[in-house]
Amino acid sequence: MGQRLRKNLTGYAFISPFIIGFLCFTLVPMAISLYLSFTKYNLFAPPRWIGFDNYIKMFTGDPKYVHSLKVTLLYVFIGVPLRLGFALFVAMILNTRSRMVGAYRTMYYLPSIIGGSVAVSIMWRNIFSDTGIINGMLGFFGLGPVSWFGNPNAALFMLITLSVWQFGSSMLIFLAGLKNISGEMYEAASVDGASFLRKFFKITLPLLSSVILFNMVMQTISAFMTFVPAYIISKGEGGPMDGTMLYSLYLFRQAFMFNNMGYASAMAWVMLLLVGIMTGILFKTSKSWVFYESGEESEPWRTIKSNGLSIIFSSAGLLLSCCTRYFGWSSAPSRRAASYL
Amino acid sequence: MTAQTLLPHPWEWGNYAKGWEGVAGYSFGVFIKNSFVIVIVATFGAVFSSSLVAFGFARNKFIGHGLWFGIMMMTLMLPADVVLVPQYIIYTKLNWLDSIRPIVIPQFFGVPFFIFLMLQFIRTIPAELDEAATIDGCGKFRLYYKIILPLIRPSMATAAIFSFYWRWEDLLGPVLYLNSPSKYTVSMGLKMFLDSESVSNWGPMFAMSVLSLTPVMLIFFIFQKQIVDGISTSGLKG
Repeated sequence: MGQRLRKNLTGYAFISPFIIGFLCFTLVPMAISLYLSFTKYNLFAPPRWIGFDNYIKMFTGDPKYVHSLKVTLLYVFIGVPLRLGFALFVAMILNTRSRMVGAYRTMYYLPSIIGGSVAVSIMWRNIFSDTGIINGMLGFFGLGPVSWFGNPNAALFMLITLSVWQFGSSMLIFLAGLKNISGEMYEAASVDGASFLRKFFKITLPLLSSVILFNMVMQTISAFMTFVPAYIISKGEGGPMDGTMLYSLYLFRQAFMFNNMGYASAMAWVMLLLVGIMTGILFKTSKSWVFYESGEESEPWRTIKSNGLSIIFSSAGLLLSCCTRYFGWSSAPSRRAASYL
Repeated sequence: MTAQTLLPHPWEWGNYAKGWEGVAGYSFGVFIKNSFVIVIVATFGAVFSSSLVAFGFARNKFIGHGLWFGIMMMTLMLPADVVLVPQYIIYTKLNWLDSIRPIVIPQFFGVPFFIFLMLQFIRTIPAELDEAATIDGCGKFRLYYKIILPLIRPSMATAAIFSFYWRWEDLLGPVLYLNSPSKYTVSMGLKMFLDSESVSNWGPMFAMSVLSLTPVMLIFFIFQKQIVDGISTSGLKG
């Protein structure tokens, strides 16, 4: 018994940094944020309980919020598929070349490494400026200059292209997935006279579906939280005409420019709920389109799948169920999630 | 890859000198020094504590193992915005504002992404090694320190590189927590350039943008293989 206790204590001693950090910097803040979301709080006066007013105001009394939500959903729903499509395309090209692959990978991965920085956002701002290279190219083809900073749709397009350009990390994950599909399968299909498109839809996509799901979930979450490019490109204003007012930026403005801490907390919880619902939907529908190959897979993918995927999705489910339970909805996904843990 | 090659201007090395002078009386050297201090302290904390936690999860059986592991993976997916406001309030109450403490101290409690990365790596180390060491009278901490730690160096390097990138390009943290320009980071220095933007400022600003990317590029080219392998075996970067 004493030995068992010691064993437990050693385990907890090792993971104690995480436990302390989780309690202090995640769990307690989450509780505070939930509480604040029901209050009016400006940092200077004590929080005042106002019930659901923040949530009600968000959807009925704040057109700017609804607009930022729209812009963000556009950014996510257009940006993420484009980014994934592009990433898959490049991964397939890289998968066919055997020589110089290292150099290609470097070239293609570099944008992701530097892509999140202020410097690149500034560069992007300049590329799309009135006299920038994009308008220069349009001029070359005889097309008039586009005022990227005058038109809200053009400005959002600019942000989306930047996000598509940062495709490197999902591309590498696709590449790892593609490497796992055995060449024999393609050979057999070729013998049977299958066309390239047929091979792509019948072999590549199904065998890659779990990887696609994984990328989709991670990219959706990170796209939802995009802050730096919008902040830099619009100089923190979200302009033109709120065209680049992404959710995170609006939350930041409400919290730290207008000192509406309660309102910002409520926004954060709606975001958590939305992300939870989106991952939940991906997780739920994945059963019909994700194909898990039976038999042996190579080591990295097996571990990612068995540990990463299942736990990530189960925790997404848990997150969702925490949210839905809070709002009094059904908690069906949580039972499935619990079975993974 | 530099901004210059995209611009039709003649070469002007003077931009670098002009940019280096910085903004508001603070030279860019100050910002670079500040960034390096944050990056080094934060990276040390993140890598060290994450390796400890990863070892805890990988090589110890304890009650609640699955629960804590689940929680750890859950925090990996938690949008940071949810805790942004309360964290700011907590740091204000702790009087941590205008110091690097809110940016570096949380790193000392482990970073879920790094924990997962190292955990996956430790799993590939045969358990027989542990058994042999235990029979020889090696305690758990010695096992971690003497045997596992040297073996997981590759994954620690990957984590260190990522930590470097994330802290180097971090803007939100410095914007929220650093108020006096003498404590600003490179990202914030660039942002200040942008705020005081005028036609004559573009050159120096781009010079400094390029300069700010230099450490990032250098590390990338030196550790290219490490990064690509690290990513393709863990496959978790968002």
